Amino acid sequence: MSSQVMTAEKRKSLDESDVILEVTDLKKYFPISAGIVFQRQVGAVRAVDGISFHVIRGETLGLVGESGCGKSTTGRTILQLYRPTEGSVRFEGQELSTMSGNDLRQMRRRMQIIFQDPFASLNPRMTVGSIVSEPLQIHKIYSNKKERQQYVEQLMEKVGLNPYFINRYPHEFSGGQRQRIGIARALALEPSFIVADEPISALDVSIQAQVVNLMEELQDELNLTYLFIAHDLSMVRHICDRVAVMYLGKIVELGPVDEVYDNPQHPYTQALLSAVPVPDPQVEEDRQRIIISGDLPSPSSPPTGCNFNTRCPVRFDLCFEEPDPPLIEARPQHYVSCHRVT
Amino acid sequence: MYEEGSALSVLLDVKNLVVRFYTQEGTVFAVNGVSFELEEGETLGIVGESGSGKSVSSLALMGLIPSPPGKVESGTVMFEGRDLLTLKPDQMRLIRGKEIAMIFQDPMTSLNPVLTIGTQITESLKLHEGMNTSQSRKRAADLLDMVGIPDAYRRLDDYPHQFSGGMRQRVMIAMGLSCNPKLLIADEPTTALDVTIQAQIIELVKQLKDEFNMAMIWITHDLGVVAGIADRIQVMYGGRIMESGSSHEVFGDSRHPYTEGLLGSLPRLDSSGEEKLTQIEGSPPDMRNEPVGCPFAPRCDIRENLNLEQCWNDRPPLETVPGDGGDGTHVMSCWADIREGVA
Ligand SMILES: Nc1ncnc2c1ncn2[C@@H]1O[C@H](COP(=O)(O)OP(=O)(O)O)[C@@H](O)[C@H]1O
Ligand SMILES: Nc1ncnc2c1ncn2[C@@H]1O[C@H](COP(=O)(O)OP(=O)(O)O)[C@@H](O)[C@H]1O
Ligand code: SF4
Ligand code: SF4
Ligand SMILES: [Mg+2]
Ligand SMILES: [Mg+2]
Repeated sequence: MSSQVMTAEKRKSLDESDVILEVTDLKKYFPISAGIVFQRQVGAVRAVDGISFHVIRGETLGLVGESGCGKSTTGRTILQLYRPTEGSVRFEGQELSTMSGNDLRQMRRRMQIIFQDPFASLNPRMTVGSIVSEPLQIHKIYSNKKERQQYVEQLMEKVGLNPYFINRYPHEFSGGQRQRIGIARALALEPSFIVADEPISALDVSIQAQVVNLMEELQDELNLTYLFIAHDLSMVRHICDRVAVMYLGKIVELGPVDEVYDNPQHPYTQALLSAVPVPDPQVEEDRQRIIISGDLPSPSSPPTGCNFNTRCPVRFDLCFEEPDPPLIEARPQHYVSCHRVT
Repeated sequence: MYEEGSALSVLLDVKNLVVRFYTQEGTVFAVNGVSFELEEGETLGIVGESGSGKSVSSLALMGLIPSPPGKVESGTVMFEGRDLLTLKPDQMRLIRGKEIAMIFQDPMTSLNPVLTIGTQITESLKLHEGMNTSQSRKRAADLLDMVGIPDAYRRLDDYPHQFSGGMRQRVMIAMGLSCNPKLLIADEPTTALDVTIQAQIIELVKQLKDEFNMAMIWITHDLGVVAGIADRIQVMYGGRIMESGSSHEVFGDSRHPYTEGLLGSLPRLDSSGEEKLTQIEGSPPDMRNEPVGCPFAPRCDIRENLNLEQCWNDRPPLETVPGDGGDGTHVMSCWADIREGVA
C-alpha cells in the first residue's frame, strides 16, 4: 500500500497510535503597539496563524521554512514559553494552553528545548556542572550534593563530554562541545520531548555530523521525541521521519520525509527543495531550478486568500479569494494546502 | 614580462601568501603559505570551515588587512603584471572597486546607513568613471534595474534599511559591478539569506558574470553552493590549501582526507538518509598555535590507520595527486594516498 508506513518502519518502529503531542488550530499573534504616552495596539504579527499537527512518540518531526515563517514561535508556544493566542496544545494527554502554576512546572520537566546558539544560551559565569545541574536544583531533585554531581558526570559522559571538565566555563569549550552542554542540560530532567531549534545551524560542517549523530543515538537510547526546527533541508531529510513545511505562519505541506522530498506537491515546497544546492557538480548541471521571485510578505499583513499568492508561479483566480486553501490529504499521509492540489 | 601562450590568460597569481595577527592573546597564524592562480573569466570556489583563512586571504590580496594587528608577512599577488602587495594605498584604492570588486556576507557592513543607495553608487561612478551627477544617477538606476530591483529610479533615494536582506545584497552586486571589474570576490554573499533568495542571487551572479566576462572568487562554507557555480574548487583548512582541482575532480575524485571527511559528513537532499553520517572527530585547530606539520593531523583517520609520523612534523607540499589522469592541476597537500589508507 503506502510507502509512507514503510518509511517509518525502516527508520525505526513507531506506534502510530501513541500520539505524544497534538496541536490544533494553534495561533500566536504578537501585538504591534504605537504611541509614546498612550500605547495602543495598531495591529498584530501573525507569527503562527492556525496550525494543526500531531507528533508520535519516538519520532522526529522536522519543521522547515524561511526565516520569519514562525518556526521558533511554534516551538515556544508548544512549550508554553509563549502562551497561545488561540488553539490547543495537548501533550501526553493533557491540555497545556489552560494549565498554569505548579501543574505547568511539572509538565515542563517532560519537555525541553535546545537552542541554536550554544554560546548565547549558556550563562558565561556558570561552570558546566552548575549549568547542567541547574534544572535539578530548580525542581529540587537530588538534594544530596554528591549524588547530584555523580548524575551530572553521567550526563556529561552520555553526551560525549569528559566529566573531568565539570568545573570549566562555557568559553573554554568549542562550539560543538557547547552544544553538547546544552543537550546535557536539556536531558537532566529526563524529558520525553525536545524542541531542537536550529541546534546545528551555528556549527561548522564537520561538527554538525557529530551533534546530529549524538542526537540520533540519544533518541534511540532514551526513546526521545524531537521537534527538529531547521533550515538545512538536507539535514532534515537525514534526521526526520516526517516534515512540516511552514510559510507565513501556516503549514502548507506535511508528510513522511521521503514522500515529501520525492513528491513535493505544494508550489512553495517545490521551489524550496529545488533551491537547495547539492554538493555534486553533475547533479547541479542537470538541475532545473524553480526560482520564485520577490520576498516574504510581512506577517502583520498577510495576503488575502492563499498566503503564497504573491510569489506563486502557478497561482490562479481562486487563490485570491477567501477562504485560503485547507490542508487536505492529497496522497496517503501526505497533507497539502493548495487549490491546485486535490 | 609575459611568457608565451597560456600565461597570458592568468589574471591573478598568488604565491606563498602568509598573514598573521599579533594580538594580546598571542600570534594568530591565519594564512600559512597560500598559492593559487586564477584565469580570466574563471570562477574559483574557496571552501572551508570558519577560521580556515578564507576571508583573510582574500582581504590580503585586496590590501584590506587591518594593520595593526594584522601583517602580510610574505607573498606576491600578481594582477595584470603588478604585485598588488607593493602598491601604495591610493594606487590600491583605484584598483579596488574599479578592477577588483568585493561583496561581503553582510551588506550592512559595507553600506553607509545614513546615505541613500543612489548617493553610494554614484560616488564610485564619479570617482572611477568621471561621470557627472545626472549621468551617474542614470547609470546607477540602470544597474539597480539590472540586478532586479523593481522601480529602480525611485529607489535611488531610499536608505539601506529600507531594503530587505536579499535586496541589499543585490544593491551590493550593482555597486560591485558599476565599474566593470575584471574580478569579483564574493565572500559568503548568500550565507545570511534564505535558500530561495540565495537561489535568486546565485542565478543573478551567474548571468552577470557571463555578461561582464569577469573572473570570480566565491568564498563559502557551503559545498553545495560552489558545486553549482565554480569551475575550480580550493579546499582550505588551518590557513592552508588542502586540495584544489576542477569541481568534478574535487567532488567526484577527492583525494585529501579532509575533503573526503567533509563530503562524507554531509547528508544529501536527493537520497533518503538512513546511513549514519560519517563524522570527523575533534574540532578545528586553534590558529594561535604555530603550524608545524599537517594542520589536519590531530583529526586524521588516514594518518592513524597508516601510522604516519611525518604528518606531525613535516608540512606536506601542495602537489599533483598520485595517479592523476588530468593535466596536473588536481593538487593536494597530504603525505598519504587515501586509496591505500581506506582499503
Ligand atoms: N517576541 C516577539 N515579538 C514580536 N514579534 C515576534 C516575536 N517573536 C517573533 N516575532 C515575529 O514573528 C514572526 C515569526 O518569527 P519566528 O517564529 O522567530 O520565525 P522563524 O523561527 O521561522 O524564523 C517574525 O515576523 C518575527 O519577527
Ligand atoms: N582582525 C583580526 N584579528 C585577529 N585575528 C583575526 C582577525 N581577522 C581574522 N582573524 C583570525 O584569522 C583566522 C582566519 O580567519 P578568516 O580568514 O576570517 O576565516 P574564514 O573566513 O575562513 O572563516 C581566524 O583564526 C581568525 O580568528
Ligand atoms: S493555492 Fe494558489 S497561490 Fe496558493 S500555492 Fe496553490 S496555486 Fe499557488
Ligand atoms: S598529511 Fe597526514 S595528517 Fe595530513 S591529511 Fe595527509 S595523512 Fe592526514
Ligand atoms: Mg527561528
Ligand atoms: Mg570568512
